[in-house]
Amino acid sequence: MSEHIEQLAARIEASLSGRVTRRASLSTDCADDVAAADLLAVATLLRDTPSLRFEVLIDAAGVDYHSYGVSEWRTNASASGFGRGVNRGGSDAAHEGPRFAVVYQLLSITHNERLSLRACCPNDEDPQLNSLVEVWASANWFEREAFDLFGITFNGHPDLRRLLTDYGFIGHPFRKDFPLVGNVEVRYDETLKRVVYEPVQIVPRTLVPRVIRDDNRWSPELTGGSGG
Amino acid sequence: MADIRNFTLNFGPQHPAAHGVLRLVLEMDGETILKADPHVGLLHRGTEKLAEAKPFNASIGYMDRLDYVSMMCNEHAYVMAIEKLLGITIPERAQYIRTMFDEITRLLNHLMWLGAHGLDIGAMTVFLFCFREREDLMDCYEAVSGTRMHATYYRPGGVYRDLPDSMPQYQSSRWRSEADAKRLNEVRSGSLLDFIDAFTQRFPACVDEYETLLTDNRIWKQRTVNIGVVSPERAMQLGFTGAMLRGSGIAWDLRKKQPYEVYERMNFDIPVGVNGDCYDRYLVRVEEMRQSNRIVKQCVDWLRANPGPVMVEDYKLRPPRRADMKEDMEALIHHFKLFTEGYSVPAGETYAAVEAPKGEFGVYLVSDGANKPYRLKCRAPGFVHLSALGEMVEGHMLADVVSVIGTQDIVFGEVDR
Repeated sequence: MSEHIEQLAARIEASLSGRVTRRASLSTDCADDVAAADLLAVATLLRDTPSLRFEVLIDAAGVDYHSYGVSEWRTNASASGFGRGVNRGGSDAAHEGPRFAVVYQLLSITHNERLSLRACCPNDEDPQLNSLVEVWASANWFEREAFDLFGITFNGHPDLRRLLTDYGFIGHPFRKDFPLVGNVEVRYDETLKRVVYEPVQIVPRTLVPRVIRDDNRWSPELTGGSGG
Repeated sequence: MADIRNFTLNFGPQHPAAHGVLRLVLEMDGETILKADPHVGLLHRGTEKLAEAKPFNASIGYMDRLDYVSMMCNEHAYVMAIEKLLGITIPERAQYIRTMFDEITRLLNHLMWLGAHGLDIGAMTVFLFCFREREDLMDCYEAVSGTRMHATYYRPGGVYRDLPDSMPQYQSSRWRSEADAKRLNEVRSGSLLDFIDAFTQRFPACVDEYETLLTDNRIWKQRTVNIGVVSPERAMQLGFTGAMLRGSGIAWDLRKKQPYEVYERMNFDIPVGVNGDCYDRYLVRVEEMRQSNRIVKQCVDWLRANPGPVMVEDYKLRPPRRADMKEDMEALIHHFKLFTEGYSVPAGETYAAVEAPKGEFGVYLVSDGANKPYRLKCRAPGFVHLSALGEMVEGHMLADVVSVIGTQDIVFGEVDR
């Protein structure tokens, strides 16, 4: 399986020569990084080069690396409240590099190959990428979704509106600094005879803290490819 | 002269043919559709965000509720992604059980689709026929997991438990006579595998029965032939998968092309359409039911002959046996840790996809080494298909919108997530 992936990587290298870089991934997957400025050109090449022919954009997922690798577990527990011992937010982000990225899953039906292509947004405050709607029509809703949930703007998108959240929603809910319980709650007001929005009353709680274990079963010296 | 302008029509979200909560804003010229703009998200529950706040195993149940008519296939993609990151291989028997239940799920889904699609276009009887068989398949779900729909049966490392030796029985009551209960229990007297075997024997005749109602039916053909035609090139551009892609003539099926579990050992065919219209997609799905039936039969034969473990023996991933926990301190600790903290998955990212009944259901999973997913993205086939709805209905009549929604096999649980 990994030989097969190496062959695909070599083909990509031959036709894109240095415009994409391999990124660490499993031996069964092929994953590349592309610079945001070069995204549109590379995507077109990936689709049109006869030896690659990634005709289908299977998926595009926004990712927010804001708290990547941050563990919530603190042993100096407080004495009260839910989620004792949990340090929610506030800690310095462990992740270095761009905060937002979009990961595209490409599929070549001609060659029966898959490729995961990642483009990081250069600006953390105002994340932007070029839209791929002209290359793959299926990018349309994926980009609307990423815009809605992560606030990534796609330049050149024909119709960049919110998709999944409520009409008039404020904020981008899948960002890591957006609380899980949300900011507003709705209820029907009997006197006003309409639905009203109010700040949430429930307290955020963590039932199981996020914990990162130094598990030596996964250390590269021990796994040797077989794992488990 | 009167001022003539286009008419904007709101379709749904509470419309029986909208398959849940689809709101369509249609721009009409008389009865012809100029532009259709689907508004989705009315069922958005933030499944992916919720999963980021829970240990890996706690989110399996959410997967059932995405596409709530093909439950186990969704679970399958999710547990496959975790297994890929963990780098584990599951026991062979578990692979066969998963293959069998994937196909049972496909039958469940296609029966629901056929019934609902028929009902939308005015064929009432098909719905009743389909639900008769669906009931038996739901009994299989119940026998194996205890619930009829949201099974949570697949776990990272295998399946929750082995197939049961007995089936739940019907009891006679004020509404069900002794004789009726006895007749219903006849096929339920043996093990689950006996029951499924009997089902595969009688199911092809049932499919024939549905086909006599629809395939040559004049009204059915008038409503589906040449409606919602998609060319193969356009289907790929739009990201179609599953029956939507095969209906346009592209023989693409992950079970054949990128086989997972034991599909490469199974003997089955991939039906392909010619014209890419609603009628071809109907024919493709009906043939898929027959092929699924073949796969189920092959799995039953293998499972009968080959007993064995259905879960890996790693106590970091599965709970220890109840009896062990009474005596063994280690087992008790494992149990406690598994159900409080869960297990940590090595850092990395992966994309795992299965051929769900509606198309490719994929899970993109990013782990940073914690006991919860860092980012989970479900690639739902219905989401992609619905995004092409506007293009598919353009220039058609209002009544054809219902045909196209039906042929896309939309379920809002997965579109909105």
